[in-house]
Amino acid sequence: MELTTVWFLLIAVLWTGYFVLEGFDFGVGILLPVLGRDEAERGTLVRSIGPVWDGNEVWLLVAGGATFAAFPEWYATLFSGFYLPLFLILLALIVRGVALEYRSKSDGTRGWDRAFFWGSLGPAFLWGVAFANIVRGVPLDAAHEYTGGLLTLLNPYALLGGLATLALFTLHGAVFTALKTTGELRDRARTAARWAGLAALVLGGAFLLITQLMTGTAGTWVSVAVAAAGIAGALVATLRGRDGWAFAANAAAIVAVTVTLFGGLWPDVMPALDPANSLTVHNAASTPYTLGVMTWVAAIFTPVVLAYQAWTYWVFRRRLTVTR
Amino acid sequence: MDVLDLSRWQFGITTVYHFLFVPLTIGLSVLVAGFQTAWHRTGDAAYLRMTKFWGRLFLINFAMGVVTGIVQEFQFGMNWSAYSRFVGDVFGAPLAMEGLMAFFLESTFLGLWIFGWDKLPKRVHLATIWLAAIGTNISAYFILAANSWMQHPVGYRLNPATGRAELTDIWAVLTNVTTLATFPHVIFGAFVTAGAFVIGVSAWQLARERETDLFRKSARAALVVTLAASAGVAFSGHWQAQLMTRQQPMKMAAAEALWEDETSAGFSVFAVGDVENGRNHINLQIPYGLSLLSTNTLDGKVEGINDIQARYEKTYGPGDYRPVVGLAYWSFRLMIGFGALAGLLALAGLWLTRRGRMPAGPWFHRAAVLGIGLPFLANTLGWIFTEVGRQPWTVFGMMRTAAAVSPGSDVGEVATTLVGFTLVYAVLAVIEVRLLLKFIRKGPELEDAVHEDEPALPALSY
Repeated sequence: MELTTVWFLLIAVLWTGYFVLEGFDFGVGILLPVLGRDEAERGTLVRSIGPVWDGNEVWLLVAGGATFAAFPEWYATLFSGFYLPLFLILLALIVRGVALEYRSKSDGTRGWDRAFFWGSLGPAFLWGVAFANIVRGVPLDAAHEYTGGLLTLLNPYALLGGLATLALFTLHGAVFTALKTTGELRDRARTAARWAGLAALVLGGAFLLITQLMTGTAGTWVSVAVAAAGIAGALVATLRGRDGWAFAANAAAIVAVTVTLFGGLWPDVMPALDPANSLTVHNAASTPYTLGVMTWVAAIFTPVVLAYQAWTYWVFRRRLTVTR
Repeated sequence: MDVLDLSRWQFGITTVYHFLFVPLTIGLSVLVAGFQTAWHRTGDAAYLRMTKFWGRLFLINFAMGVVTGIVQEFQFGMNWSAYSRFVGDVFGAPLAMEGLMAFFLESTFLGLWIFGWDKLPKRVHLATIWLAAIGTNISAYFILAANSWMQHPVGYRLNPATGRAELTDIWAVLTNVTTLATFPHVIFGAFVTAGAFVIGVSAWQLARERETDLFRKSARAALVVTLAASAGVAFSGHWQAQLMTRQQPMKMAAAEALWEDETSAGFSVFAVGDVENGRNHINLQIPYGLSLLSTNTLDGKVEGINDIQARYEKTYGPGDYRPVVGLAYWSFRLMIGFGALAGLLALAGLWLTRRGRMPAGPWFHRAAVLGIGLPFLANTLGWIFTEVGRQPWTVFGMMRTAAAVSPGSDVGEVATTLVGFTLVYAVLAVIEVRLLLKFIRKGPELEDAVHEDEPALPALSY
């Protein structure tokens, strides 16, 4: 396999990891005002992701760094082109991170909980908008510079993509909460999972179907089907009280959604409206030497990272009870 | 202001702000790990309470370092896309390595440390804080390797076909002599920062005669660390200055307001310059000081701004190759001055607390509290110096800052984000300082020592 392909796959894996892991962090934040009726419950919700959210967020930073190293042209075009949406995502991640760390250390938690909610909702929606635009294609000039404006990015298809990821991550947070808590909190999370699951099926289904018709290949029909089955499976498992299966099914759905997006993208990394200006894995990539070096680094360290992150989840595997 | 100016302000503000938290994180992570190790070895409950007290302040600071660090990684692409295209092949590698090798380690094991008090065996739990601390330090190494490459590019070739810099030797980049000199300087600076913080906070508590045993222990440990690290800062800084004289002579000349090439050059203490005419009105000097500093000989030749400018015009074509001389001159001087004061404070503190004594007069307590600010000033001025001194280059000798900015962005966008980041950062700074003060006033928790095995809510959790 060509190294450019390897790195396209690796970056897809990093985004997949980010969406699967931080996806439920976002969902917990979005559901905080709905599920947490009092301070003790909200504290429990926040503690359910407390030990892991920071490690989950690093997947994004590594995805960004890997894009910079492996596809500098992609990194440069994407981040300068999607300037204002990225700025909003960064602000959201800042206030969200600070809210998570500071809420219990401050005298009042109300403001922090609001920051946590908006800081989770914003990126959950905006990542969908961003990826929908990447897949759909944006105006690029011959130097690969983005020539559109902010409104170019806010097209109906992209907004649908945003709603789809928002629903999917909310569902992910709901099934995660059901898995990690007991009693009333768990009951409420399962109710929320039903509503979020329906929304994810409708919005995610519509978004994936359009995406498939627009950019899909024979292979991505499989991932679209897996995504739909995953969401449906999460719903069924929730109804039957099988929290672990529900979480696993929805994680598979998120993997399948990411596979659909990246599968439709290949071999472009950022298609332009005028295909002559598109960024592909070839014209956006670093030199074979750099890709080779980075492949060695990734081959050695990715398994190590996966091992200790998995161990973290094992250490904190128990359900949390609300302590008042 | 145009896009270039705004982007430069944005990079300056976000970077300086980020680096207020980073050194304290680097240094405190190791100090806290050290305190926990002391508890593990001795079983003395005072060390456990120290671990938790300083650990909590460490976490408050760490949070800010993390969230402001995300901006750092993304703004290369956002505001400096031409730069990213030009150097991505070289510069991206250390950034990606930092994420994969260091940042994952730091974040994951810190989560385990915070929440793992009652879930992990003691020995394993101790290992988690050390792994987090090691991750933090490795992280600094890769970031400095990336920055050092901009100061002194190595291990690359310019591809005439694509017009970009391409990596040819990753080891050359990772063992760049500039990195090898910068890394210890920054790390020692971080230990001075964390040391001065612990000294200042401890002195404040000691002045109120609170927990004197615990805070005396903290202060003594921090005094030793600070003094040793100050010596390290001085030696590594000396090495850096010598490299700089060879690699970036204009930066050294600007740091000294030295206008003409000179042998047996003096070290300037106070100068009033006339940038337009390329000379100084007033210049108080320590004779031979600069030659000694930059070449280790009394009669070494140091190049001056006007001469370097003339040479650069021949090499790189017409243009102004001088950085903002006044800013470079004063940031360099004040960096050294504030750093030296922090070292002297540690020396005085060690003398006053020798053989079990307590500093009697209030003046030391006050000085120690004020002293918290010294390394922060020195760190900030150090970065301002090293980045301003490189101008007009973004990558020394290869790419000018004016050519590095995103060509597609407009003033409105960059102004929006500049104002947005600055406002949010300002609000968070107020909140962070208030939180730190709250927990400093509160002091170490009593029950930590008594109920250390009780599996209630972990003391450091949310």
